[in-house]
Amino acid sequence: MSRRRHSDDSDAGQPHKRRRTSEPSEIEERLESLICRVGEKSNSSLESNLEGLAGVLEADLPNYKSKILRILCTVARLLPEKLTVYTTLVGLLNARNYNFGGEFVEAMIRQLKECLKVNMYNEAVHLVRFLSDLVNCHVIAAPSMVAMFENFVSVTQEEDVPQVRCDWYMFAFLSSLPWVGKELYEKKDAEMDRLLSQTESYLKRRQKIHVPMLQVWTADKPHPQEEYLDCLWSQIQKLKKDRWQERHILRPYLAFDSVLCEALQHNLPPFTPPPHTEDSVYPMPRVIFRMFDYTDDPEGPVMPGSHSVERFVIEENLHCIIKSHWKERKTCAAQLLSYPGNNKIPLNYHIVEVIFAELFQLPSPPHIEVMYTTLLIELCKLQPGSLPQVLAQATEMLYMRLDTMNTTCVDRFINWFSHHLSNFQFRWSWEDWSDCLTQDLEKPKPKFVREVLEKCMRLSYHQRIIDIVPASFSVLSPANPVCIYKYGDESNRSLPGYTVALCLTIAIKNKASNDEIFSILKDVPNPNQDDDDGEGFTFNPLKIEVFVQTLLHLAAKSFSHSFSALAKFHEVFKTLAESDEGKLHVLRVVYEVWKNHPQMIAVLVDKMIRTQIVDCAAVANWIFSSELAHDFTRFYIWEILHSTIRKMNKHVLKIHRELEETKARLARQHKR
Amino acid sequence: RLASTGPGSVAMSSGGTLSILRSDSYAELSQYRDQHFRGTRYDQERLLRKSCTLYVGNLSFYTTEEQIHELFGKSGDIKKVIMGLDKVKKTACGFCFVEYYARGDAENAMRYINGTRLDDRIIRTDWDAGFKEGRQYGRGRSGGQVRDEYRQDYDAGRGGYGKTVQCQ
Repeated sequence: MSRRRHSDDSDAGQPHKRRRTSEPSEIEERLESLICRVGEKSNSSLESNLEGLAGVLEADLPNYKSKILRILCTVARLLPEKLTVYTTLVGLLNARNYNFGGEFVEAMIRQLKECLKVNMYNEAVHLVRFLSDLVNCHVIAAPSMVAMFENFVSVTQEEDVPQVRCDWYMFAFLSSLPWVGKELYEKKDAEMDRLLSQTESYLKRRQKIHVPMLQVWTADKPHPQEEYLDCLWSQIQKLKKDRWQERHILRPYLAFDSVLCEALQHNLPPFTPPPHTEDSVYPMPRVIFRMFDYTDDPEGPVMPGSHSVERFVIEENLHCIIKSHWKERKTCAAQLLSYPGNNKIPLNYHIVEVIFAELFQLPSPPHIEVMYTTLLIELCKLQPGSLPQVLAQATEMLYMRLDTMNTTCVDRFINWFSHHLSNFQFRWSWEDWSDCLTQDLEKPKPKFVREVLEKCMRLSYHQRIIDIVPASFSVLSPANPVCIYKYGDESNRSLPGYTVALCLTIAIKNKASNDEIFSILKDVPNPNQDDDDGEGFTFNPLKIEVFVQTLLHLAAKSFSHSFSALAKFHEVFKTLAESDEGKLHVLRVVYEVWKNHPQMIAVLVDKMIRTQIVDCAAVANWIFSSELAHDFTRFYIWEILHSTIRKMNKHVLKIHRELEETKARLARQHKR
Repeated sequence: RLASTGPGSVAMSSGGTLSILRSDSYAELSQYRDQHFRGTRYDQERLLRKSCTLYVGNLSFYTTEEQIHELFGKSGDIKKVIMGLDKVKKTACGFCFVEYYARGDAENAMRYINGTRLDDRIIRTDWDAGFKEGRQYGRGRSGGQVRDEYRQDYDAGRGGYGKTVQCQ
């Protein structure tokens, strides 16, 4: 008779809570978790955690070597902000198991080659930096690293390749030097000098026409917006002048020096940069965004200078943290604030600067704009006593420098500031900005305030905005977003079409059909009588005027009411707006009715494009028409234009995809 | 940051991705399931996982469609906003549905707009299986939302005291 265990009977159909054997995937998860978590806040020191983890992994090597290799390669590629923690770990493993160290280096080189093949250049930089820090951990021999860098720098000698290709290899070399410059220079100073002089001559001859396009401010004061390689070169030159003494980077491997220096090192295999191909897409060049310096926080720790290598490392790491945790705002904020060195650097200033650097990045931020707003709010929640003040200081500085700020960046600043204020009861010291009241309203500062107030109103309501600003600011306050109905007043009864408008109003209120509407509109005379081309419905601006004015007025209550109206009378719209002039005139009338409510104009234009009442070309013609010239520099115009272009792009992509799919189907048909 | 054409978490043959980097807790399904949903739990979850529609709660009764459009428009193009109404009064009763054209835009709303303020109130968003006629009405006995039937606190933006308190 079989002896059945109690648990088999009682747990029938239920998942076992007690595992009899661990699944391989669970082990991998546990290993991954152990490795990823090392370096996080802990009761033990980082050194003892690393020591412990090295012991655990060493014991697991016989059974789980390939998994451990994979995980370590992945953290090297994806967690660059913890670079030195993991190079130390690899160093300890290499000291205990030389073969493993060799296999890891080989795996890293394979991974590097693959990254370069599939255009993953950011990840590739992290791998190169990891390899270079492995020199500090006695895993890789310095001369072989120098040899790799020699191959990198020689890419600048290639002919007929995009400059951005040479730029990347140069960046990969230079940006590793904060970590390994000292060691490489000590072992191979002649070779390094040669590399540095080749670097200098490359940087002198490369083109920098992209710089004005990417600068957030056109002014060089107070902080020049430097080209990223130029800035990095200044930082490396200063590092060299300081005899490669770098004091910011946390180097856990220093504590293990006695163990690590006993380890045998590996030589990097000769690395030939893969050739340039048609499919190669290199990263775009950048301009370094700076808004703070040591004078901005006189009471706190000194902010590293713009040409210090510390500044470079801090910024790189903070950007990496955002890249790792952008989906998890609380984690992201916590990780940013727990960046090591908090008492030696004005961390809040660095964080705010790095966030604005991303928000204002041209052409586009790395992540969706609203992420930065919410991230800053999370940071304010975690540091309520200090971060809001830094943010206020930053806002003030950005305001002061509006005159030279790129317009796209001003737009982002407006969107961020208004959304931010809406989370803090719109509290702001507006009086501090009364200087803008004496300026011409089209100047950047008053314009900025006007646009901010308009956006604040969109997130609340008109009276709220009137209440939050001082009375002197009324000249900058947004208009009350009410609809303007030209046939509404008895005094306008002499206007052509007035009686038809009245008729139409009654008919629509009585749920008239499209046909009834058409018949009412038949009575509207056509001021363009002479242009009748005899092909049926001709362009009749008065008909459009009467119909659109009346309908929009009746549906003015909310967006939904207006959208319903557009849907219900879609046929009438399509007929009246059949010609290009018709489409243009519809847009003009929409503007006349809703010029106090730019948000309504934007959503109506969007809906009319999507329901094909107007097309993108008509919107473009309308925006660039002389009637709208006076609003040309208002941001709502550009909001509409950009939205229209985006819709057009999406449409083109969609059709292109459908075309490709149809071609593929046809090809498959022919094969049969 | 240098622009990369490949996201950092693309799985590679020699590498992969890390579960800590995959974490996307704000965009996950919550524990809430609409009890009035017609269909199996499985169907409901399937719809929730591909939905482009969000339920938005804790709105003020005075919050307008325009404000909602402005705020939620920050994560992408909005297809439709449907205001939640008191079943009896047919006035706003503090919730709405926001439908996007693309799921990714709804996910970003869950990540960055959920838990922030609208009309000075912390609003809450959650995945919705999709609007159906009738779902725009409150399910409380008095016509508003259930939560406003029984709550004890005074909330000026939501009609003052809860309905049962008001009736005392």
